[in-house]
Amino acid sequence: MVKNTLNVGRISEGFVLDHIEAGRSMDIYKYLHLDKLDCCVAIIKNAKSSKMGKKDIMKIECPIDFMDLDILGFIDHNITVNIVENEEIVEKKQLTLPKEIKNVIRCKNPRCITSIEQGLEHIFVLTDEENQIYRCKYCEEKYRRRS
Amino acid sequence: MRHLMSPLDFSVEELDKLLDLAQDIEADPAKYSHACEGKKLATLFYEPSTRTRLSHEAAMLNLGGSVMGFSSADSSSASKGESVSDTIRTVSCYADICAMRHPKEGAPMVACQHSSIPVINAGDGGHQHPTQTLTDLLTIRNLKGRLCDMTIGLCGDLKFGRTVHSLINALVRYKGIRFILISPEELRLPEYIRHDVLDKNDISYEEVVRLEDAMPHLDILYMTRVQKERFFNEEDYVRMKDFYILDRSKMKLAPEDMYVLHPLPRVNEIAVEVDDDPRAAYFRQVQYGVYVRMALILTLLDIHVD
Repeated sequence: MVKNTLNVGRISEGFVLDHIEAGRSMDIYKYLHLDKLDCCVAIIKNAKSSKMGKKDIMKIECPIDFMDLDILGFIDHNITVNIVENEEIVEKKQLTLPKEIKNVIRCKNPRCITSIEQGLEHIFVLTDEENQIYRCKYCEEKYRRRS
Repeated sequence: MRHLMSPLDFSVEELDKLLDLAQDIEADPAKYSHACEGKKLATLFYEPSTRTRLSHEAAMLNLGGSVMGFSSADSSSASKGESVSDTIRTVSCYADICAMRHPKEGAPMVACQHSSIPVINAGDGGHQHPTQTLTDLLTIRNLKGRLCDMTIGLCGDLKFGRTVHSLINALVRYKGIRFILISPEELRLPEYIRHDVLDKNDISYEEVVRLEDAMPHLDILYMTRVQKERFFNEEDYVRMKDFYILDRSKMKLAPEDMYVLHPLPRVNEIAVEVDDDPRAAYFRQVQYGVYVRMALILTLLDIHVD
């Protein structure tokens, strides 16, 4: 799969994120705070995909306990997360919607305390899994995840 | 340590216990007059309020405790830019319990995350006002003798009215509750409460515009004021403020055992002529507010009186 699109070399330990919606890899780069980590990251944009037409792929070389990937479930639960150890895929992780997300979406309610309180994290809590609805922990403003 | 952020923080059983305690306080206030000796209540009010602040203070004074605090953001360090989290950490060193009112929604939640004393949400913007809800529940229970099998009319500003939102959240836990939601189109109950609270709990409700249509069917009529401070636009406020006026002629349409509640202050929505009607219960409601806040302070401080 990765080999047939663009070969950027194997990683010995880390993650290969496959089936990312084309063009969204930079969002994921940001949400995973990869800019702050001193690890090797390869981003392949608009790779050919028989299933999706085109897709993005990311390879992240880092210790596997180094990164919290729960947020990927919020961004797009169709992403395939391959966990790599000793250059082999050892696990394909199933993504689910995280119960709580921090500092990914901002509360847009101008009456919310998050609009003035310095240093306060923007926390959204999953209140309706079926309809993928999150609410601000503080003011209960609704955020519906795009499907 | 417990806080009070929402009426749902207490289970129905805990709520019953709290209301029983409030009733016992009403029956024998002297028994509780020294219960909080040596304890201090801080009232942190970032926006103007007469009733809620004084009611909390009266409650603590009735229990033999003392009170301190500020009554507007201008007279606190908030005017110097201090955060809610820093203020509460400071106040935790001075007081044993605090009541916070703040114009921003969720501010008391921020406070309780950083507090080492119980925090009472005394109103956060248009979001929650749980102590008013406790007051309303005690009033309804005392007047009607029950909290179940009732039709409650909620009238006025159902969009921004936090007392209404909190009351709905609390009442849906009792069986046989039905709501008639009386409001102009622009001030309808928010969709998230209709969907997440009423529909999810399978609560029967009806939305009407005319108060007269609802009156004959009610056990309780809960009137609310259209609050100027919730509007961004003065024009919208002026258009809405006198939409409902409860007067003697409308009261004639109501059953003999229907009671009128109002969180107060009222402006024009209840004509003064209604005050003499034995069904006008809004000033009795104020008194119940003190009893229930006394019960709340005792409960959060875990003080028991034999």
